[in-house]
Amino acid sequence: MEQRKRKLDQTQAPIYEALNTFREMRVVPFDVPGHKHGKGNPELTAFLGEKCVSIDVNSMKPLDNLCHPVSVIGEAEDLAAEAFGAAHAFLMVGGTTSSVQTMVLTACKRGDKIIMPRNVHKSVINALVLCGAVPIYVNPEVHRGLGISLGMRRESVEAAIKAHPDAVAVLVNNPTYYGVCSDLSAIVEMAHAAGMLCLADEAHGTHFYFGEGMPLSAMRAGADMAAVSMHKSGGSLTQSSLLLTGPNVNAGYVRQIINLTQTTSGSYLLMSSLDISRRNLALRGRQVFARVVAMANYAREEINAIGGYYAFGKELCDGNCIFDFDPTKLSVHTREIGLAGIEVYDILRDEYGIQIEFGDIGNILAYLSMGDRPQELERLVSALAEIRRRYQKDSKGLLSQEYIDPVVVMSPQEAFYANKKSVPLANSIGEVSSEFVMCYPPGIPILAPGERITKDILDYIEYARVKGCSLTGSEDLSVRNINVLA
Amino acid sequence: MELWFSEFHAPDVKHSIRVDRHLYSEKSDFQQIDIFDTPEFGRVLALNGNVMLTERDEFIYDEMITHVPMSVHPHIKDVLVIGAGDGGVLKELTRYESIERIDLVEMDPQVVNACRIFLPENASRLDDPRVHIFFDNALRFIRRCTDQYDLIIVDSNDPFGPSEGYFSREFYGICYNALHEDGIMVNQQGSPFYKHDADAMKRSHKHIVNTFPISRVYQAHIPTYAAGYWLFGFASKRYHPIEDFDPERWKKLHLETKYYTTKLHIGSFYLPAYLEKMLEEVE
Repeated sequence: MEQRKRKLDQTQAPIYEALNTFREMRVVPFDVPGHKHGKGNPELTAFLGEKCVSIDVNSMKPLDNLCHPVSVIGEAEDLAAEAFGAAHAFLMVGGTTSSVQTMVLTACKRGDKIIMPRNVHKSVINALVLCGAVPIYVNPEVHRGLGISLGMRRESVEAAIKAHPDAVAVLVNNPTYYGVCSDLSAIVEMAHAAGMLCLADEAHGTHFYFGEGMPLSAMRAGADMAAVSMHKSGGSLTQSSLLLTGPNVNAGYVRQIINLTQTTSGSYLLMSSLDISRRNLALRGRQVFARVVAMANYAREEINAIGGYYAFGKELCDGNCIFDFDPTKLSVHTREIGLAGIEVYDILRDEYGIQIEFGDIGNILAYLSMGDRPQELERLVSALAEIRRRYQKDSKGLLSQEYIDPVVVMSPQEAFYANKKSVPLANSIGEVSSEFVMCYPPGIPILAPGERITKDILDYIEYARVKGCSLTGSEDLSVRNINVLA
Repeated sequence: MELWFSEFHAPDVKHSIRVDRHLYSEKSDFQQIDIFDTPEFGRVLALNGNVMLTERDEFIYDEMITHVPMSVHPHIKDVLVIGAGDGGVLKELTRYESIERIDLVEMDPQVVNACRIFLPENASRLDDPRVHIFFDNALRFIRRCTDQYDLIIVDSNDPFGPSEGYFSREFYGICYNALHEDGIMVNQQGSPFYKHDADAMKRSHKHIVNTFPISRVYQAHIPTYAAGYWLFGFASKRYHPIEDFDPERWKKLHLETKYYTTKLHIGSFYLPAYLEKMLEEVE
């Protein structure tokens, strides 16, 4: 960490303070952006508010520069690193996708192997397309009753490391979208013993750093890098994120990797939201998340009292592939009432005006956060009770989600850039896919570039389509045709 | 010194009442509660700056939300009242000897406490032995009830504050489920005049139409509410508010009223053309 001139503490928010000062200085803008504090675009100003557009400004000396932070942005990063217990923190403005991408690009070069569970977010595999690294998939266990993919078994990670001692890193979801954690400490230890880095996708783990009784955070577990979605449980604006690094990672090199793809016009709206949110978490995070956990526990009890639904929690923990469970996650298994999760998701929005995070084949996930109030929770629980009363049917014939072991034929990059042809999905069995197919959300690929297409995979895609999942990933927006290797 | 209470009835419309004395001003866990004396409307209760009741015109609201369903359903014994912490609806309901049980669910104990002290006339029947007060979220309370009530009266605040959930489809659904097979739900349905109110009224009417086989809207003139013009929803599993209305039976009870009459009962369901059109849009 560089030596800064000022001594700062967590009650401060340097970017926010600098923007306030900047506003008071009434500087005349003869620089970009061209809307000039909103005056040039009255419609936008009326929509977003003058306060908001007046700080949508360009990098300049008093406000520092995200590509090369030496003053207030650097200070904000130092404070974030301190708050999260990291050696270094980077403010990111390209979403947690950019943080994940930076982790992979820092750890891997073309041809390098990286060990990861198959239920990674698509941004991880996209990063492999960019850099040419090869994924070594570890089978994430699937919970038989619930049909959700879990964490990685210690034994499976150990076996993967043994089989691929030349791999450069192990990537771990901490936690998964559903809130399931692997034994991160053990995996960090195994990775380090084999000379590999341990990277954590903590898109859903910001609160692990501040709440009490939370699963272990990546930095505390000794992981080398972590991608943290501040805009999810941290409260900052959409698209803002943090990248954390441990003491054994060269922060200067990480900055260079970030600058390969990062905008040179970092948004001060996003950066100030990170700064203010970090301050809030550092000062009040403990109380904030205690409230969220209490609401989630209450909702679980109430939903389980309705009957039919199963709102699951820590009781699932098995010491290995469900090493821990995020208590703020409100995931509900819906198959016993005869509805797919995605059907409940659609009914909630279309008939009850309630938007939840996602629904898949057997479950829904309602995202609870610092912004929730008990009265809205009562609406959610009551709507679920009503959906059961009105729609409950026999659950026979509903598919349970099974883990489909991918057959990786070549690296995602090779497959993505290879000569390819478009074929109807139905005629693609046996071919090697050149692109993704996934339900979004959650954005976990069903099929990734370089994988062989099987009947099981096609059946699953068609079932998801019939139930109303929004399929994405392929060049063909309707996802009826797929690019395969020519 | 001139002291005025003002309330926005629409973004560009203000309704003001001269105030003699501000008696009570507290912020509870749910809302800002104010009680004050006024020369024209007597004592006034305001929640979050919205007039809930005035001594002068509360009889209109309380009578219309109570006597209309009570004169249609021939044997109401079990009643659930949502909100109504001021006690005004109870004052009307407890006049019916045939009622055996009244459960009142109010989210805010502080409203009840303040009304007991400052609106004792209004709150006078809160201690009737048939009345059971539950301080709870109504959604939470009702979703535990199945086939329990003959009548549910939803006397809530407007749909833009802590009562928003009481205008939702899930709320009407659990009310339906909590009613006996011939039960009735009556709710305050807001005003159709200003756009903001009209949109909310249409939304909730749509939800009720989708939940109950019979759903009709009736009206009253209430000076201190937005536009002075207020609506109630009559949602029912079996009884029609006019076809099953028996004026003679009600007259035999000899209840003296200041607003409600058996003729007005029928008249209140005949709505102005613009409102009929609005309701048809969502039916």
